Amino acid sequence: MRAPRLFRTVAFRIVFVYIAIFAVSAAGLVAFTYWNTKRALDTQTDQTIDAEIIGLSEQYQRLGLGGLADVIMSRSVRGGQGLYLLTDLQHHPIAGNLDGWPQIIFRPESFVEFNYERRVGGLSTLRRARGRVFSLTGGFQLLVARDVHERHETVRLFSTTLPWSLMLMLVLGLIGGGLMSRNLLARLDSINETSREIMAGDLARRVPVRGNDDEFDMLATSLNRMLDRIERLMRGMREVTDSVAHDLRTPLNRLRNRIDAALRRLPPESDEYVEMESAAFEIDQLIATFNALLLIAEAEAGMAREAMARIDLREVVEGIAELYAPLAEEKGLAFDVAPSGEAMIAGNKRLLAQALANLVDNAIKYTPEGGRIRVSIENTPSGVAMSVADSGAGIPAEDRARVLDRFVRLEASRHSPGTGLGLSLVVAVAKLHDARLDLADNGPGLKATLVFPHDTARARSSTSLPLAAK
Amino acid sequence: MRILVVEDDLEAQRYLVNGLKEAGHVVDDAEDGEIGLSLSLSRPYDVAIVDRMLPKMDGLKLVEELRQHGNVTPVLFLSALSEVDDRVKGLKAGGDDYLTKPYAFVELLARLDALMRRRHPAAVKTRLQVGDLELDLLTRTAKRGEASIDLQPREFRLLEYLMRHASQVVTRTMLLESVWEYHFDPQTNVIDVHISRLRAKIDKGFETPLLHTVRGAGYMIRARA
Repeated sequence: MRAPRLFRTVAFRIVFVYIAIFAVSAAGLVAFTYWNTKRALDTQTDQTIDAEIIGLSEQYQRLGLGGLADVIMSRSVRGGQGLYLLTDLQHHPIAGNLDGWPQIIFRPESFVEFNYERRVGGLSTLRRARGRVFSLTGGFQLLVARDVHERHETVRLFSTTLPWSLMLMLVLGLIGGGLMSRNLLARLDSINETSREIMAGDLARRVPVRGNDDEFDMLATSLNRMLDRIERLMRGMREVTDSVAHDLRTPLNRLRNRIDAALRRLPPESDEYVEMESAAFEIDQLIATFNALLLIAEAEAGMAREAMARIDLREVVEGIAELYAPLAEEKGLAFDVAPSGEAMIAGNKRLLAQALANLVDNAIKYTPEGGRIRVSIENTPSGVAMSVADSGAGIPAEDRARVLDRFVRLEASRHSPGTGLGLSLVVAVAKLHDARLDLADNGPGLKATLVFPHDTARARSSTSLPLAAK
Repeated sequence: MRILVVEDDLEAQRYLVNGLKEAGHVVDDAEDGEIGLSLSLSRPYDVAIVDRMLPKMDGLKLVEELRQHGNVTPVLFLSALSEVDDRVKGLKAGGDDYLTKPYAFVELLARLDALMRRRHPAAVKTRLQVGDLELDLLTRTAKRGEASIDLQPREFRLLEYLMRHASQVVTRTMLLESVWEYHFDPQTNVIDVHISRLRAKIDKGFETPLLHTVRGAGYMIRARA
């Protein structure tokens, strides 16, 4: 798993592209230099040869064939730079230090490179030469050339080495790129890991800063500053909800106490007792609504993240199903739980249980006798889906978004008990878990599904990352 | 029973103390955490009711200190704070039970009874008996008279909890918390359905009912009406 991830990194891609551009431009530069140098050297050689041919042809005109042969003989040093061959029309050698006419076709006035055999002492070597042929009057042919073997060898060496050098550069570059990416990855991983731990609820965590003021340190510092701010906001939010809770609960508590005290004093059969009892009931309803609102606020603010743990959704489903099944059966509803495999997610068990309880409670409330309720967990491509499907009246498509808002109760349910916050709480719990709540037609009935995305289900499950630490 | 009430809201304190006295308990009160701690360390109480937010010394701190001194007096926290993880904090600090304000007085009384009962446990029991109803905790079987009663595992736990608190009022919330381990308010009274099923199993066809509904409070199992 390591290699593919390394190749996918931005650092590695940058290095790779850089190396490719560098290799192409280096090859281009070398080729240009080679071509230019060769041309300059060739021109130099050609000019020398031209000058010599002019000199020799003058000698021929002045001294005739014998004179020219003498001059050539005197210039022809075996093993020297200058190469000469004077022949008749049939290429029979007359004078010169070349052993025979080269096996190539010379075009007049143009320079050609050819191989020749050089014998010095007993040694014979094949060498490279460059030269041209000059036709003398009388049909005699004069070949003047210069030995360019050293230059030729250098060029040959150069052109065989160049690809290897480029290859070596590429390999070294890739290794360097790999190391660099690894280094970058390690630092990014530490940031990623910290973010995940923070998302999982540990708000006190901070991204490590190395103290060398590089870009990563700057990023880490900004992230940390952002986290400080989030933590402060969360603490502020907690203080607000705590004081709201405290300031509202204290007077409600006194009111409840007074009613309790009155109830203890009144004879249980009196009208006043019944009145007081219903007042107590109203207060309890008020408290339930208040508690639900507070819980929604807290879930939406992500406060309950601290209580996140690895849990099996099946246990949540089984527990709630067991609690609610008798209620459903009492109402004449078929209630069943679809069998499923393990469904681990990171979650707050209590809130998930409450959310599921709300969904099941709604299903039981709004499904007429003889109906059917089915709770299931499925592994879908988009995540782990926990759903409650009923065969009741369902919710008209145009109302589905609206029922998720707080205190919204559809006409059909106006007269049944409830706070109107049940689904809002489910939405808040879903949000807390990065999940989404889908309401769909169950044909007939409603199918409410909470989808927990795989990445949150998985990411929080493992603390070790492929490239971290080791 | 001797009960210590540590509560800074004087009106709430007055109602609490009066209510407890009317219920036949001996009550001491304290207005802040420091007085509460010194009282609870110097006198033996059967149970202490401690508010979470107190002047001078926070309720959590009070209980932590108390536990550090080796004092095991059962503590019931009262809290007006938001609830999500406050309960966990309270229980971690050494509290034994937790009640959010506002609460119904019957709920508080029932919980205090349960706490005090826990304080004086009879020798480890393997059988529970109420009237002619017997519960064998080892074989997980129940019988009434000579007739054996077939119980689901959860029904067994429900009956066990009721019988362990025989002749005490047990509230629906207490049952939901202890038998199902849920700490939320179910919108519908699901517990009632479970109770009526249990009642059908243990009382149906017998002359004297054992499982009683206590108006405005909860349920109670006892031998005689």
